[in-house]
Amino acid sequence: MTMGLLKQNQNGVNVQALLDARNALEAAPEAAQFTWRAQCEWLDGVHSRTSISGFFGLGEEKARPSTHLVETDHPAEFAAPDAAPTPVEVVLSGLAGCLTAGIASVAENRGVKLRSVHARIEADMDLAGILGIDAEVRNGFSAIRVEFDIDADASDDDIAALVTQSQRRSAVFDILTNPTAVHVSVAGQS
Amino acid sequence: MTVTGKYIDTVIVGGGQAGLAMSRELSIRGVEHLILERGVAGNAWRTSRWDSLRLLTPNWANGLPGRPYGGPAHHGFMTAAEFANSLETYACLISAPLVENACVHSARGLPNGFELATSGGMITCRTLVAATGGAARPVVPPMAVAVPPHIFQTDPGSYKRPSDLPLGGVLVVGASASGVQISRELRLSGRHVTLAVGNHVRLPRNYRGRDIEWWLDAIGALDESLDDVDDLTRVRRTPSPQLIGGTDPVDLAALKRLGVEITGRLADIQDGRALFSGGLAHLCQAADLKLGRLFDRIDLWAKERILGAALMPSTRPSATPLPILPRLSLDFGSGEIASIVWATGFRPAHTWLRDLPVFDCRGRLVHDGGVVPGAPGLYVLGLPFLRRRRSLQISGAGPDTRDIARHLDTYLRHNAAA
Repeated sequence: MTMGLLKQNQNGVNVQALLDARNALEAAPEAAQFTWRAQCEWLDGVHSRTSISGFFGLGEEKARPSTHLVETDHPAEFAAPDAAPTPVEVVLSGLAGCLTAGIASVAENRGVKLRSVHARIEADMDLAGILGIDAEVRNGFSAIRVEFDIDADASDDDIAALVTQSQRRSAVFDILTNPTAVHVSVAGQS
Repeated sequence: MTVTGKYIDTVIVGGGQAGLAMSRELSIRGVEHLILERGVAGNAWRTSRWDSLRLLTPNWANGLPGRPYGGPAHHGFMTAAEFANSLETYACLISAPLVENACVHSARGLPNGFELATSGGMITCRTLVAATGGAARPVVPPMAVAVPPHIFQTDPGSYKRPSDLPLGGVLVVGASASGVQISRELRLSGRHVTLAVGNHVRLPRNYRGRDIEWWLDAIGALDESLDDVDDLTRVRRTPSPQLIGGTDPVDLAALKRLGVEITGRLADIQDGRALFSGGLAHLCQAADLKLGRLFDRIDLWAKERILGAALMPSTRPSATPLPILPRLSLDFGSGEIASIVWATGFRPAHTWLRDLPVFDCRGRLVHDGGVVPGAPGLYVLGLPFLRRRRSLQISGAGPDTRDIARHLDTYLRHNAAA
């Protein structure tokens, strides 16, 4: 156990806590039901600020010590001041952050010391969709590519396996590759 | 068939390879028993399989306890019907107390055993062996109800041959053994086939000049036991490999060469459209990585035994070729497909045990290597990784039934006075 603890934490991920949580939530499936929340405020033009603090999980409302802010805007090509990244770029950062967190966790669990992890992510979009030029073109990405550059004490196959396993357990990868029911409403109207 | 008022030591439900092998073990130990079979021996092999199906394992690997394969084609693959015939012969050879055309409707716990409601009346027994198999019932996901009525739907338990399907394209859902085999023959029959690929196991028929079954046996993979695996739940859910009983490759690369359109897992059906996951590349990479690890293990084993010179060189299949942009949806109204084959897996049919406290919250029978703790005296056979990786194979019937018969015999002795 001591050896395990020493070996773990080499990437700064508390894998033992995650494994304990897995066991606890397997026994208490209702505690595994989480609801994530965000609040968004229009600032001006196409510039908005989303604040993120509380969420529901482990059977109760959870508060954070501080509120996190994510702003979105658009670049000059969209006749906007570029005060912040576009929403679609924030989506990409979500995917990159999720996969990278997964790689660190899986590496920790497998006793692989990571020296560096870099991800390059890009996504293609045909603006004919959002601009309403062509109804056949979807609004969203037509493809997303992520390329990892990983320096670690492991073979090429083992590094590839880290990346594979991180996709297998990634929420954002699932959100982007599978359909999700989305319901948008106006408060006070139904 | 009327056996009432008397406790039989053991009733085995199911007269397939597991039930018959169990019968042989019990006969050797002098345990009085009956086998109840809903049809004739090997019924499922005869009635619930498609015409072209051959066993995934070569003949030499399909011996039954006390009766190794005795035919001329050691490296051949027998048809499901041929295997069913061999089970009938085996039942005679071991003088199995087989009661045919006996359906078991339900089982009830008694203080000293079980009472079975069967098509031939009530039967009481002290111990009960569920040998109805792990692949008794095809499962179709709930989303199938959203498929428009003009699309013909079938599954590998009912599908027999390509001509059974209406003319037109076919969506095959699932790329395990059934899905890839059926996709192949539908494509060869001239149809356009779209194959929706979820989690899958890529496995070649041959490696370095030997059948993959020979390798899995030789390196000890098939004999790995419950203690040898980390995540038993996951191992038990492993899909069947992309194999066919024969020499034709049926992996995604081979199907793509034949013109099968490969796409991602069927994620949902909404508004008359099938929506496919965009995660196909990930699943193919995962399958390729796992196959690479198996090859590494085989090569290491061969090297340690200095078999290298006697073997063909290690030529590995290349990475699964991926479509650049696999399709993400299919409109059922477009006429592109006329039918769907749901090759989405099989599950055991244990509903006749529903009155016993033996299921978890997800409806799965809880057992410890075939011994059912919720109902002492109840045993189960023929499930994936029941006691060892070999459990689901024909060759798993021998070792599993030997272990279970030993436990059952001891149980009967300890409870003899009751």
